[in-house]
Parts: sequence; C-alpha cells; structure tokens
Amino acid sequence: MRTNIWLTRGLRTAAWLSASILLFILLFLIQESSPLIGEIGLGPFFQADGWYPQEGAFQLTPMLLGSLFVAGGAVLLATPLGIIAALFGQFYAPPALARLYRGLMELLAGVPSVVFGFWGLVVLVPWINRLAPPGASLLAGALVLALMILPLVALTADAALAAVPQQYLRGAAAMGLSRWGTIQRITLPVAMPGILSGVVLQTGRALGETMAVLMVCGNVVQIPSSWFEPVRTLTANIALEMSYAVDQHRTALFISGLLLLLLTITLVAVASHFRRMQHE
Amino acid sequence: MKAFMNVLKRKQPMNSELTTAFQIETGSSTEAFAKKEQSLEDKSRQKPLSAPGLTLKKVNVRYGDTNAIEGACLDIPSGSITALVGPSGCGKSSLLASISRMTDLTPQCQVSGEIFLGKDNILAKGTDLNRLRRRVGMVFQSPNPFPMSIEENIRFPLRDHGMRDESVIRKTIKNVLGDVGLWDEVKDRLGQSALALSGGQQQRLCIARCLALDPEVLLFDEPCSALDPLSSAKVETLIKGLKSRYTVLLVTHNLAQARRIADHVAVCWVQAGCGCIIESGDTRSIFERPVHPITQAFCQGLQG
Ligand SMILES: Nc1ncnc2c1ncn2[C@@H]1O[C@H](COP(=O)(O)OP(=O)(O)OP(=O)(O)O)[C@@H](O)[C@H]1O
Ligand SMILES: [Mg+2]
Repeated sequence: MRTNIWLTRGLRTAAWLSASILLFILLFLIQESSPLIGEIGLGPFFQADGWYPQEGAFQLTPMLLGSLFVAGGAVLLATPLGIIAALFGQFYAPPALARLYRGLMELLAGVPSVVFGFWGLVVLVPWINRLAPPGASLLAGALVLALMILPLVALTADAALAAVPQQYLRGAAAMGLSRWGTIQRITLPVAMPGILSGVVLQTGRALGETMAVLMVCGNVVQIPSSWFEPVRTLTANIALEMSYAVDQHRTALFISGLLLLLLTITLVAVASHFRRMQHE
Repeated sequence: MKAFMNVLKRKQPMNSELTTAFQIETGSSTEAFAKKEQSLEDKSRQKPLSAPGLTLKKVNVRYGDTNAIEGACLDIPSGSITALVGPSGCGKSSLLASISRMTDLTPQCQVSGEIFLGKDNILAKGTDLNRLRRRVGMVFQSPNPFPMSIEENIRFPLRDHGMRDESVIRKTIKNVLGDVGLWDEVKDRLGQSALALSGGQQQRLCIARCLALDPEVLLFDEPCSALDPLSSAKVETLIKGLKSRYTVLLVTHNLAQARRIADHVAVCWVQAGCGCIIESGDTRSIFERPVHPITQAFCQGLQG
C-alpha cells in the first residue's frame, strides 16, 4: 500500500516534469522570438523579398513550403504503402511470413535517420540526377522521408487493424462474405481513426526531420516549381545557420523553430482527436 | 507494390466466382432473389420445403490435444427445430461451428468425420466456404451487427454475394426486417447506425441479415442468453416461426426453452474428458422417457 502511494507520487511528478519541460521550451521559443516580432511584426516573414538575413529580409515562405512539400510528399507516398503493407500482414500473408514482416518493419523503424540520409545521398540522389539534374531535390527528400516513416505508419496501421473487434470479422465470415469486401466495408472503416492518428504523428516526425533532409534536398531557398528542384526546409535552415547567426538573424531562426513547434502541436492535437474517435 | 496489388487482385475474384456459381444454379441471381422474395411474401408457409436436412456422422472436433467433441452422430431433419443442450464446456458451440466450418478460423482446431447437408459432405476438401456459409446461416450469442446503418447491415452482405438490383435489395430489406418483426420499429430510421439499437433489436437484425441471404440451415448459439426476458421471448417466438422454412439447430442452456420450441433434442455431455452426444430424440421422449441415466438426471434436475 505504502509503495503504491510512492509509486503514484513518483509517476505523477515525472509526468508533470515532462509536461512542464515542453511548456518551458515553448515559452523559451516565444521569449527568444518576441523582440523581433515586436519590432517588425509578423508580416515581413511572409512578405519580404527573400531570405537575406544580413540585409534583414526574413522571408520564411519558401522554407515553410519546402517543409510542407517534403513532409506532404512523404506522407502521400508512405500512407497507401503502409496501409497495404499492414493489410498484407494482417489478412493475406501466412502467419510466419507476417511475423517476419513485422519484425523487419520494427527493425527498419529503428534505423537512425542519418543512415537514411546517407543512403539517399549516395544512392537516391545520383539516381535522380540521371533522370533530371541536379538530383538533390524535393523528390529525394520526400522519398527518403517516406522510407523513414513507412515502418511506423505500417506498424500503427497493423495495430489498428488488429484491434478491430473479432466479432465483426466472425460475423462477416459466418455470412460467407468475401475477404476483400469485409476489409473494405468493415475492417478499414473501423480501423481508420487509428491508422490516421499514426499517419498524423508520422507527419509531425517528417516535418521535424532535419539531418536526412539536409543531406538530400539541395538546400536552395526557393519555392520549387517541380519535384526535381532543390528546396530548403525550415529545419535544414536552422541547422545550417544557427552556428553563426547573431542578433535579428538568430531571432528569425527561433521564429521558424516556433512555427515548426506550433505545426507539430496542431498535428498532435489532430492525432489525439482521431484516437478519441476510435475509442468511441 | 505491384506484388501487393496482385495479391489483392487474386483474392478478389472470390466474389465473382460465387456469383457465377450461383447463376449456374438458378439462372440468374436476380431471379433467385425474386423467387425467394415470393416465398417470403407467401406467409401461408405451406410451400414445399426446399431446405435439406443435416446428418452428422462421427464428427470429432479437437483443439490441439483436447477433444471438444468425439464421435457425434446426429440427424437434424429439415423443417423442424433441433435443440442441443448440455452443461458448459461440453462442446456444443464447437459442434455448431463445425457445421458452418467456422472452426477453420481457429488455427489449432481440427474437425474430422462427415457432415452431410443434403447430399454434400461439407467437411470435404474442395468445399467453397463462402457458398457453404451462405447456405448455413449462423447467429451468435452476443448480437454482432456490423458498424454501419441498419439497412447497410443487410445491403452489404447482399451486394457482396453479387446482388446488384437495387429494387430487389430494397424489397429484401423490407421483407426480412418484416420477418423478424423489426420493420415497424425501424422503418423510419433505416439509415441510422445499427449499433444504436437495443440488444434484442440487434439480435433480430442479425437474424434478418442471415435470412436475407436465403440460407437453408440456421444455426443459433444461445441466441437469447445475452438478452432481457422480453427480447428473449420475442427472439424465441421468431425462431419458432422460422422452422417451417429452414433447418434449425439451436444451442441453449435453457431447458424450458428447448422444451417449448424444439421438436428434437440432443443432449451433450462430457465423458472421459471429451464431449459427446449421449442421447437424442424427439422432445417429448427426451423429457418424459429419457433412456440414458445422465439424461434423466440432467433433465429432471433442471426441471425440479
Ligand atoms: N479456441 C479454442 N481453443 C482451445 N480450446 C477450445 C477453444 N474453443 C473451445 N475449446 C474447448 O473445447 C471445449 C468445448 O468448448 P465449447 O465452447 O464448444 O463448449 P460449449 O458447450 O459451447 O460451452 P458453453 O455452454 O459454455 O458455451 C472446451 O473444453 C473448451 O475449453
Ligand atoms: Mg458455447
């Protein structure tokens, strides 16, 4: 009984601690960004002539779009593939193969992102370069990120499919309904909130990914007009310039960090909304 | 990616295979449904019965090392209700599941022996399971309507089995909901979620869903035990009304219920660690002149 009380207290303290750390990071970012926002307002970050930090032009739009396109492309690629992989593992693969497959996905999920970036740099980029130079591009970034988030999209989809109540499936089987019909009309709709919450969380991860993207995207500040053009993401920008940025430039980087954090917080809120839907 | 798509495609034809099998049998699926619909409208219930009976010959069901049922022999005549009674764990559900081959879904479960539906041995290897399960409807202990609207619960199975004619589907929905006494209760909210219905209504919807596929045999696994007395009585009356058109096998723990609605009774018991059918016959002789001492004790013990 005594240990129980202490365990509860300990856990509660830890929970509060981690929650307040997040809050502190948010406050810190706001504090660091506020001087510049107070001085010039938010407008210039989306209206300036470009990103020329030395001249005081802090146009974030190309990099914001770069982040959104790279992450969006990755999600568009990884979502259908992940769902198909999960369906295969749950309903079509023989059990032994499904286990192997799941193990492989778990292994792949544990690969450090820099390794994905490295692979992208030495394999993917030259390959795209042959199709359409320069190779380091939005497409390369989206592909590398897709590969990176695919395992977790597939694993969360797999878990969501496995959580579909057996009684529905038994009912459908007892009526002699086709496997694909059952998947389409029962399994997928019931599992969809869970699948989507996984996808949204992985979108957040793709948005926040820095190293792999930095290695394969080319890092040119521009709004890309095709998948083969290089882009710079917000994260890559921070990583590239933080080491030497001072004054307003440094503050502008904090503002882009704040922007990213707000984006991911929104995504997490959306994901938890989906999870609540699934439990209803 | 391509490989995945191929797998998906390969599995898809099940549906169309079924449709064609059905078409060969009856000319066209639409016609078949139309015929059936006539029989549903014809409430006089004097049409010649087309459902075949079931014959179980030395059926064994085992899970790994444990024998759930051994050497079960039973005749289940068409056009009547056969009740399967016995204590918990004696293998009633297992026996029932083997008749629609639901036992195939349990990996370690093995069924041997012969089960004849009409002339077909359904335990034979090449049995088309989806077609079999269409012929043998099954209703579970806890109501399990699909998480979709009331009418979709009936439309989806029909469409999955190849029915495309919307006007026939609509008529079928109306007829089967009428058959289970649900039409007047839900006709204004067919589009609402089936999960919002009461337990008894859900169970009747599950029965309606089975009837829509025009089965020959209906298997009920304790269909009333999760329901309140009033709903339970409704479902019981409903099952009684179905017997003239189907072959009905009913598992129940309620001996009074078996006595009320069953024409034949089979008693299941655990002997030497495995379940078997120790006595079967018509309801009156089982309850009034049981031969087996265990049957005597069982029926009287629960009577008194
Ligand atoms: N999936 C399974 N795996 C292993 N053993 C099983 C499984 N299902 C049933 N059994 C075993 O088979 C035997 C018969 O079970 P079954 O569910 O058929 O009994 P029942 O007569 O329907 O019981 P109840 O009246 O409680 O529903 C039991 O001993 C049970 O432990
Ligand atoms: Mg049972």
